[in-house]
Amino acid sequence: MGLEDLQHNFLTAPLEDLVRWARRASVWPASFGLACCAIEMMAAGAADFDLSRFGMEVFRNSPRQADLMIVAGRVSQKMAPVLRQVYDQMMEPKWVISMGVCASTGGLFNNYAIVQGVDQIVPVDVYAPGCPPSPETLMHAILTLHEQIRTGEIMKRRSEGNPTHLDHGGVWTPEVPVAVRMGTPK
Amino acid sequence: MTDLTRTAERPERLTGETSEGAQELVARTETSNDQLGREVGAVLRLDGVTLDPREVDYERDDDETMIINMGPAHPSTHGVLRLMLELDGEFVLRTKVVIGYLHTGMEKTGETLSYVQGATNVTRMDYLSPVINELSYSLTVEKLLGVEIPARATWIRMLMSELNRVSSHLVWMATNGMDLGSTSMMIYGLRERELILAFFEKTAGLRLNLNYVRPGGVAADLPDGWEDDIEVICNTIEERSYEYDQLLTGQPIFRNRLIGVGAITAEEALALSLTGPLLRSTGVPWDLRRSMPYLAYDQVDFDVIVGTYGDNFDRYAIRLNEIRESIRIIRQCVQKMPSGDYRSQDPKVTPPPRARIGESMEALIHHFKLFTEGFHVPAGEVYSAVESPRGEIGCYMVSDGGPKPYRIHVRAPSFTNLQAMPLLMRGASVSDAITMISTVDPVLGEVDR
Amino acid sequence: MIPLPPLAPPGVLFDEANACDVACFPTPEQYLDLVGAFKEDGFELCVDVCGVDYLEFPDRALPEGVRPTRFEVVVNLLSLSKKQRVRVRVQAGTESPRVPSLFHLYPGAEAPERETFDMFGILFDGHPDLTRILMPEDWEGHPLRKDYGVGHIPIQFKEAPGPR
Repeated sequence: MGLEDLQHNFLTAPLEDLVRWARRASVWPASFGLACCAIEMMAAGAADFDLSRFGMEVFRNSPRQADLMIVAGRVSQKMAPVLRQVYDQMMEPKWVISMGVCASTGGLFNNYAIVQGVDQIVPVDVYAPGCPPSPETLMHAILTLHEQIRTGEIMKRRSEGNPTHLDHGGVWTPEVPVAVRMGTPK
Repeated sequence: MTDLTRTAERPERLTGETSEGAQELVARTETSNDQLGREVGAVLRLDGVTLDPREVDYERDDDETMIINMGPAHPSTHGVLRLMLELDGEFVLRTKVVIGYLHTGMEKTGETLSYVQGATNVTRMDYLSPVINELSYSLTVEKLLGVEIPARATWIRMLMSELNRVSSHLVWMATNGMDLGSTSMMIYGLRERELILAFFEKTAGLRLNLNYVRPGGVAADLPDGWEDDIEVICNTIEERSYEYDQLLTGQPIFRNRLIGVGAITAEEALALSLTGPLLRSTGVPWDLRRSMPYLAYDQVDFDVIVGTYGDNFDRYAIRLNEIRESIRIIRQCVQKMPSGDYRSQDPKVTPPPRARIGESMEALIHHFKLFTEGFHVPAGEVYSAVESPRGEIGCYMVSDGGPKPYRIHVRAPSFTNLQAMPLLMRGASVSDAITMISTVDPVLGEVDR
Repeated sequence: MIPLPPLAPPGVLFDEANACDVACFPTPEQYLDLVGAFKEDGFELCVDVCGVDYLEFPDRALPEGVRPTRFEVVVNLLSLSKKQRVRVRVQAGTESPRVPSLFHLYPGAEAPERETFDMFGILFDGHPDLTRILMPEDWEGHPLRKDYGVGHIPIQFKEAPGPR
């Protein structure tokens, strides 16, 4: 009893680490399932590949309450403005995972109807390849994102010193993110 | 961080336009009479009586109703479906369905791919039942080619189609349960489906969009020990389907939300070109597997489930019982599976086994031609259809004698089934509108292609 | 081999050599009457309406007496009572293709006809709402025509300079 017992029950950490821990442990995805990858995303949230152990089972339907937009599926020309509107409605800090090859590069469909890569519309943080990526691949992408949030690297890349877009003298252009190189030796 | 937030200096980002102009629902005074008839679901008003906009819903003026948008990014619309509803309070007066948010140009892409590659394209249309898409495409190509498929390939195709039907109906049960509020049904449906997907992965290499059924047969033989795997799948799913009965079928809230809601008659269904569980719920016993059998469906014993009232509950019951009937068919496939080749041995269609390429020059040339150019299909045109979990999926193909199809058109069941939406929704509340979309079971990949 | 329905307009050609289904080839004037006759004869379901652009395959096999044009509209009908299918192929025209709409016979043909208009530019007289259905409203061109390119973007590899 008394103050001497409190010595063993403290936990100290820098404030940034606590904030980053909170941010990565409760990322809430906005449901933006478009096509076949949406089914694999649902399977990742279901019982066998549980996303709930990472704090992510609540797929918020309102983008204003969401942190992460997983673009799961092919983005057609008609859907592109809707995608941008939903992204704009999300609150900072927000992240984007491009799930599947159709969202990353246009995939199998290199034609008039599909946007060749969702990074032409929104800045993407992690790309998950596969057609469709199995839930394990999606979880690897999510954990990669968590790792980047934990170390703070993702926020550094977006700060003033390291812009993630190319600015052509005040004219607005779609942001082109620096490619994510995780673990690939250069 | 300023670049990522909206600022007043770049106001064009604040006015993100998602209007689709003439494809949207507009006020009654600006809608033509014919289109008004469509939006209120006046399907059978074919006697030439014109509809005056002032007569539709005359108790409510234009400024007392509200046109809302259930936009493409919505949790309950089963994909990127946009519904514009005119509401009087909580009740729906007019409906317009706006689609095209997943249009992929698959028919155009199909003209640039060879016949073997075409299966990869077609399989992504109805992504919940990929094997059945590939089956309709392969049957069409084989009709044009005139090639004979060995018996084992036929029975393997039947087995995989029925497994796919079960997995598609399980996804439907999961999403339908979730739309009605039962999140545990979502978990159960997807849990059962994992067993089937594990078997698909063992056989074809992929869980979803498996490029398995190809013109000429199937891509690979069934793995060793498949009978035991299928036994486990059948027993588990059949036993658990009775648990779903306990969870849902007798439950009063579930019944009150589905019984009597969204009833259509057989004449309306036929006029709107509906097929599948929607048509069968009205009492018309039309199932292509029974009426115009393909593969070996005339050699297996199964029942066609038919409803009586045409309401949502009938459609739920049809799909639940179709799971049980498909399990029956799968068990018979296991017993009656013949031995033999899993694909046609015609050298013009099937590449030779890899081991022979080093030995025979002819085998090497065949392999090269088949994989670079593809086999040539004689000129002609044909339409061939199979029964998918959503209705009749058909493939109309025109060939000009070359290695790539000249025109490939897929008749998607969900595309025509969505024409029933205005009729179903008229007079229902918004929450019933959700259940109606759910029981129509559209898959937007095949709607938009 | 199905004979033509009893109320069919005179002079409709059909293809006897087609082993798969019967295909009929009415002129645009005979088209609506023929489909109406099929409907009276028990073909309750209009399965599909689609279009074909024969720009690169003009010498397709057609019976004698049918004048081929660039665009064709293909209608597939199904009879539940007789368990038969039939196909109706009408030559829609080359410069400005137009055919009558089947909406007043089969309301379920509305969406497929809109899709045919969107993809090929074939107009349907009497259709209640002939607007684009799959492409955005302000899209120009009709994608499935043969003179409309696929829209293929050549693939740039990893070290390519600049944004994609």
